[in-house]
Amino acid sequence: MKALFWEVMAGVIAFLTLATLIGEVLRLRSGGRNPTIVNLNQRIHAWWIMIIVMTIALGLGNSVTFFVFALLSYLALREFVTLTPSAASDYSALIIAFYIAIPTQYLLLAIDWYGLYSIFVPVYLFFILSLVSALTQDTDHFLDRNAKINWALMVCVYGLSHAPALLILEIPGYEGGNRLLLLYFLIVVQISDVLQYVVGKLFGRHKIAPRLSPAKTVEGFIGGGLLAALCGAALYPATPFDFIEALGLSLVIVIAGFVGGLVLSAVKRSLGAKDWGTLIAGHGGVLDRVDSICFAAPVFFHLVRYWYTP
Amino acid sequence: MTAPLPHAFFRWCFARQRDALLVLVRLIIGAYPVRYGKPPEGAANLPDTTFRRQKIYFSNHASHLDTLAILAALPREARSKTRPIAARDYWDKSGLRRYGAQRLLNAALIDRLHESEGDPLDPVREALREGSSIIIFPEGTRGSEWLPQTFKSGLFRLASEFPDIPLTPIYLENLQRIMPKGAFLPVPLICKVHFGPDQTIRPAEDKTAFLERMRAAVADLAPWQTPPKAAEAAA
Repeated sequence: MKALFWEVMAGVIAFLTLATLIGEVLRLRSGGRNPTIVNLNQRIHAWWIMIIVMTIALGLGNSVTFFVFALLSYLALREFVTLTPSAASDYSALIIAFYIAIPTQYLLLAIDWYGLYSIFVPVYLFFILSLVSALTQDTDHFLDRNAKINWALMVCVYGLSHAPALLILEIPGYEGGNRLLLLYFLIVVQISDVLQYVVGKLFGRHKIAPRLSPAKTVEGFIGGGLLAALCGAALYPATPFDFIEALGLSLVIVIAGFVGGLVLSAVKRSLGAKDWGTLIAGHGGVLDRVDSICFAAPVFFHLVRYWYTP
Repeated sequence: MTAPLPHAFFRWCFARQRDALLVLVRLIIGAYPVRYGKPPEGAANLPDTTFRRQKIYFSNHASHLDTLAILAALPREARSKTRPIAARDYWDKSGLRRYGAQRLLNAALIDRLHESEGDPLDPVREALREGSSIIIFPEGTRGSEWLPQTFKSGLFRLASEFPDIPLTPIYLENLQRIMPKGAFLPVPLICKVHFGPDQTIRPAEDKTAFLERMRAAVADLAPWQTPPKAAEAAA
């Protein structure tokens, strides 16, 4: 399992090296002035950093991985709430969301308390945050303000935390392979984003939802999505699935990830922004990069848990 | 007036502690510098050459984090040459505050309550004469509004006495949401530190007109000229 993990990692790095070379050739041929190519190279550069961070985290073990994902949840939530208009009376609720919700959710993961981490946000935080908001007695836009905070937590904390939750599933016959399963999930989600973007740029004609996201095209989604699902299927030896199962689950990841990107684009537009932030050059904010993970992770996690654990 | 300068080694230690504190500030509120106008494509946000000059930075004032946010947004080499101006009645009250304001941030403390003899602006003049940049909050007190309130006259006096030092307006975004009045912990939201184009006092410019022009220079940097709905409702 360990050797396989590093083989997959080597594959990812080889793929990225190829992308870097192509990016360099394009840059030299265009004279460095084409904005699409500048953006492409910025994205590739950012991918190196993201993959180095993920390799180190996964290499150092579960606790470090949980910590890195907690930090990602924190950065994503910070971007979300920054763009969301909040009132002064939301102060206590926001303090709970940032300083209590995130550490608790990831601590529950670290101690493997499935019964609580799978309901902590939707049951207990929903209850506590509603109560805290009610006690402030600020009735102005009460439902809007509450809904925004709970929604932000569902996406940035609940959704995202289900990716590292793959590390603690006990799958018979797959002991010691969970790191690989998380890596597999991240590869399928992200390669799907990349391939949809590339196929869309090359062959995209029909926009799916021009008012939400001008970059999403029918050709990109179907072509890129199918290619990504095939990549996921081809990687089946790294998973507890057979070829057909891996293909099916990859399709689920692709579709759920696409929905995540689409829904968060809608939120972003409704808040009047194009990107969630500026932290990752070329990509936008952290949330622009993890939006598909936030939606795909809980679905993938629960399907695997339902079918592959006793 | 000011305490004797500590040994170079201690100053080095204080500067590193300050930088560590500012890393924490960046982790919590971002404090991303944004320069007026668009930087050229692919260039970093801050060509820091302009920060090498001595400047009078002036900004809207929403919280105790404001000074830290501005310092965190400045390039590291500019930090040691920049002295925030702080109120003696608050920052000289306890050992911890004194340590933070005087040792780490090398603040010049002014006596806004006129408790001692002399012009309260004297420590500021001294800082400018020794070649330091300064950070001042011309509103005088922290406000909870999005746009800055009327400026006090100190900025006018400094600008008239030091006409060669450029005045750089700064707008701090979101800080009234990050630290509402009375808050102890900051809400981690992204604060962008908007640096505007340098200003100077015009020949024979009237005090009220100058102060209003400077206030407008800060207000112009605000990304929203009207606050988002929820914030307006709360105000």
